[in-house]
Amino acid sequence: MTPRVGVITFPGSLDDKDAARAVRLAGGESVSLWHADADLHSVDAVVLPGGFSYGDYLRCGAIAKFAPVMGKLVDAANGGLPVLGICNGFQVLTESHLLPGALTRNDHLHFICRDQKLRIENNSSMWTSDFEVGQEILIPLKNGEGGYVADEVTLDELEGEGRVIARYLELNPNGSRRDIAGITNERGNVVGIMPHPEHAVEKLTGPTTDGLGFFTSLLSSLVNNGKISA
Amino acid sequence: MAIVVVDVALKPEILDPQGRAIVGALGRVGLEGVSDVRQGKQFVLNIDGDVDEAKLAQINEIAATLLSNPVIEDFTVQVRP
Repeated sequence: MTPRVGVITFPGSLDDKDAARAVRLAGGESVSLWHADADLHSVDAVVLPGGFSYGDYLRCGAIAKFAPVMGKLVDAANGGLPVLGICNGFQVLTESHLLPGALTRNDHLHFICRDQKLRIENNSSMWTSDFEVGQEILIPLKNGEGGYVADEVTLDELEGEGRVIARYLELNPNGSRRDIAGITNERGNVVGIMPHPEHAVEKLTGPTTDGLGFFTSLLSSLVNNGKISA
Repeated sequence: MAIVVVDVALKPEILDPQGRAIVGALGRVGLEGVSDVRQGKQFVLNIDGDVDEAKLAQINEIAATLLSNPVIEDFTVQVRP
């Protein structure tokens, strides 16, 4: 059975179509989920896409966390449902307390858009299992509020438990503490990443196809967990 | 009618790049001796009727969950006389 991966569209989401396409290229079936519909339609995993949900009003992701679909998602994620938050989706995950810390204004105040080199630090999460630890990848980054912050205790905890999944290489583009580009929860089912793997899935449009690994990892993890038969 | 003011500010340990840019601008417009600026947000809530204890408690709860992010921000709630 083909895994069904939901992609939530909020008002102001931009990258939901790209995320859905990445899911399909990896071999999954994409399912459109709507912010106002408090139903996950029995999907096997969910992607929170990039963009500017609710115009980034108040704080990035702050209003999205109260969307009807999010109540269901938070419960499902706490129950083990795989969830990937990309960029604005990462901001929604921290605002919803599914991941620790917060994303703040880039330290240099500029919106940044570049192809960013990363090092994969953890391949035990459900979204990074197809990578090698130490593998270097190149995927697009585009954000104005991508500086990852958390208190020192939380940062030490993330490092100690191996929950930093990717780190910026060569240049820290936004002032993120300890060059953190992405993190996972304790269970490894919820991952947030600031750069955009869904924009690096085809040679025609991306700098590489390195981003596809996040989506194939999910499919492998679902098979290995027995959720989906191969 | 009552007015309740919620002020939200970044916690002292969180870098405020906007505040830092404002320090630079203040120097350029001739205000000397400003060592630091912290930029915050103010929400002015116009409330129908009186603000009793229960209403104030509700506003405090909402200030902590919606209007501010306790990971990076502190807030104060004041009933304006």
